[in-house]
Amino acid sequence: MSAPRTRVAGVALLAATVLTVADPARALAHKPSDSYLTLDVARGFGRWDIAVRDLDDALALDGDGDGAVSWRDLRLREADVADYAIGRLALDTPAGACRLTTRPLGLVEHSDGVYVSLPLAIDCPAPTASVTVDYRLLFDIDPEHQGLVRAGGRADAPAAPLLFTARAHRRAVATGGPAAPALAAAFVAQGVRHIWGGLDHILFLLALLVPAVLRRRSVDADLARAERAWQPVAAIRPALRDVAQVVTSFTAAHSLTLSLAALDLARMPARITEPAIAASVVLAAVNNVRPLFGRDRWVVAFALGLLHGFGFSSVLTDTGLAGLALLPALAGFNLGVEVGQLAIVAAVVPLCFALRRTVWYRRFALSGGSLAIAAIGLVWFVERALDTPLFPLVLNAFART
Amino acid sequence: MIMRQASLPPPAPACQPTRRERRAAQALVAGTLAVIAAGVVAGRASYAPASRRPDSDLEVIARVPARAWDAAAARREQLRRVLGATPDDLTTAVDLARLDIEAARAGADPRFLGRAEAALAPWWNRADAPPEVLLLRATIRQSRHEFPAALADLDRLTVVAPDDAQGWLTRAVVLNVRGQYRDALASCAALDRRASSFVQAACRAPALALSGRAAEGAAALARELPGAATRAEVAWGRSLLAELALWSGDDAGAEALLRAALALAPGDSYARAALCDRLLDAGRLDEVRALTEGHDADDAILLRRALARAAAGATSDAAIAIMAARFEAARLRGDRVHQREESRFELAVRHDTAAALRLAQENWQVQREPADARVLLEAARAAGAGAGAGAREAARPVLSWLAETGLAWPRLRALAVALAGAS
Repeated sequence: MSAPRTRVAGVALLAATVLTVADPARALAHKPSDSYLTLDVARGFGRWDIAVRDLDDALALDGDGDGAVSWRDLRLREADVADYAIGRLALDTPAGACRLTTRPLGLVEHSDGVYVSLPLAIDCPAPTASVTVDYRLLFDIDPEHQGLVRAGGRADAPAAPLLFTARAHRRAVATGGPAAPALAAAFVAQGVRHIWGGLDHILFLLALLVPAVLRRRSVDADLARAERAWQPVAAIRPALRDVAQVVTSFTAAHSLTLSLAALDLARMPARITEPAIAASVVLAAVNNVRPLFGRDRWVVAFALGLLHGFGFSSVLTDTGLAGLALLPALAGFNLGVEVGQLAIVAAVVPLCFALRRTVWYRRFALSGGSLAIAAIGLVWFVERALDTPLFPLVLNAFART
Repeated sequence: MIMRQASLPPPAPACQPTRRERRAAQALVAGTLAVIAAGVVAGRASYAPASRRPDSDLEVIARVPARAWDAAAARREQLRRVLGATPDDLTTAVDLARLDIEAARAGADPRFLGRAEAALAPWWNRADAPPEVLLLRATIRQSRHEFPAALADLDRLTVVAPDDAQGWLTRAVVLNVRGQYRDALASCAALDRRASSFVQAACRAPALALSGRAAEGAAALARELPGAATRAEVAWGRSLLAELALWSGDDAGAEALLRAALALAPGDSYARAALCDRLLDAGRLDEVRALTEGHDADDAILLRRALARAAAGATSDAAIAIMAARFEAARLRGDRVHQREESRFELAVRHDTAAALRLAQENWQVQREPADARVLLEAARAAGAGAGAGAREAARPVLSWLAETGLAWPRLRALAVALAGAS
């Protein structure tokens, strides 16, 4: 804008700028730069969505400068992207800084284009109710950039995000998570609720417990005489030993798989777990009427208990817990399951022992009961395998899975 | 219920599992483990993050400024590098900021405004910033609807650099948006001998139109249009003339002028959006659809597309969904620059008259152009059926503005009559 002639041209050009940029719809066309950061400190994970456009400005992802960032352009710079992002976020707790690590990034679509979605693993020194977030992404390139941070919840939580700006880039946020003891306590109740609320687990356990007060005399394939194939135990001690064997096997098995699944070392889709658990109920029940697996029911309890552990784990994985924060929850939940299970044992076994000498017990409780359990398990199996409810009003009211 | 004691059978030898049973037990364990193994494998396959990873390396995931062949992008890149080494270099900073602002305008992308601000960082918070910075800072601020701050910069600029024509012109434009037409005209008057007579006429025309002298302003601008120095100036002049024609009730003339402006500059989003509005008013929805095809990245155009789809009776549509998502994203970030558009969207697409009225009222506090008046009156009329006196109360500031400006725009006049008649 030195010579008069160019000044006039400049006037017109900038006047056009004013006119168009002054129009709010123009200002809205694409929005300014934002990133979306979800922090779930209590559960030890996060997710950071950053616009590819912004990362290109910061890191020149478009290596050949042709105006198109290809997946290859991004993939080759994945480590740079992760380092760039992680280097601009700090989480501090009274016990020290949290360690942030990234997992392989993906792509997500936001309203104004494609974003890199960077999963974060957050390891804080100790469970904490509050964490100080220092957000410094992109402010040097774009002072108007904002970080939209949701803390202490899932990405789909309806709460409004906290805005981190160049002027206010550091603040304490509530993690929304209780400290470890409270977390464990909360999950004890969850565990109890889960085993009591899950009729499939209860029926499986019952099918294993009912024969504990009896001793199988012979292998008799004749269903009509099956009840006579069993004789009551004389004293409670062998019955309790049997119960202890079965319950211990079941516990060991489901604790093992529950831990594996919760720690994400193995995961099984519900599509397979649920029918398999239903099948386990059928097998355990049928085994009482028509012995299939010999006398050592603890083997049955162990093998099939492995399946139930995967079923239990859905509660934990659904909460999205991960990392160190998972351990108290896992311990609490498992404890809850065992407490709930022992309560059932404590209620059922004395009753069985008292009734063991009655014909009723062998005929109705053992044979009839087992057949009923097997029938219910079969219905569940078909329902879950086909993913269609057969008796939506009756059985499924109980079969919360 | 049979509760009698069973006769105790003779003690039997403990039953040993048969070979068949042992095999069955082994099969059970093996089978369970097989199911688990299959499940874990399936689980691994199904373990995918919420995001996706493309299969093909060649997939283009984003379009960015092409540094290799886009001269402006290359120049910005080069200036940015220079500035990185010498952030206090005023000349480089101003050059880069100007290019960024131009990119924001050309691509309708406010991201570049943030980049421009970054270039001006050493001076951004200084009241005594150099004149060049004052102008660019005001331009950025007004585009974010920070009008008082922008005007403060421009007032200072016209004091420290009274010969800067751009300062006077930008100031006039902002004052117009704020409804201060007399001040705007005074600012235009300062362009005398500092800018071409076309620029002076273009500066005065909208302010005149809103001061009861619409015909005078339009005639002067039409007379000076041949003196426009560049294509951009011609397109600017035609868009202004189209607006004036619209306000005077000459819909056909406005449409012809907008088509001419668009023919000259197909990338002119302002003209395209204005033409869409004209066609929407005329119910020519198919033409709107054709005109908005392939412009989804530009929210101004996307809004018109969504409005056309809604007017055609669609309730769920890609354009509507994307528009809603963008409004939501803007709301989350706390933006307040789009209430005019959002009010239209709420009214015409979502039929939420209360939200539309609230947004229109908020918008009227910030900007007062005829389009803002229209949005508020339409929302008030729609709310009128349920809100009665409340809606008239909401419309009152606009009605008195309409009386003051003497604006003839028939559409606004009809709305005002309808609202008055409802009382």
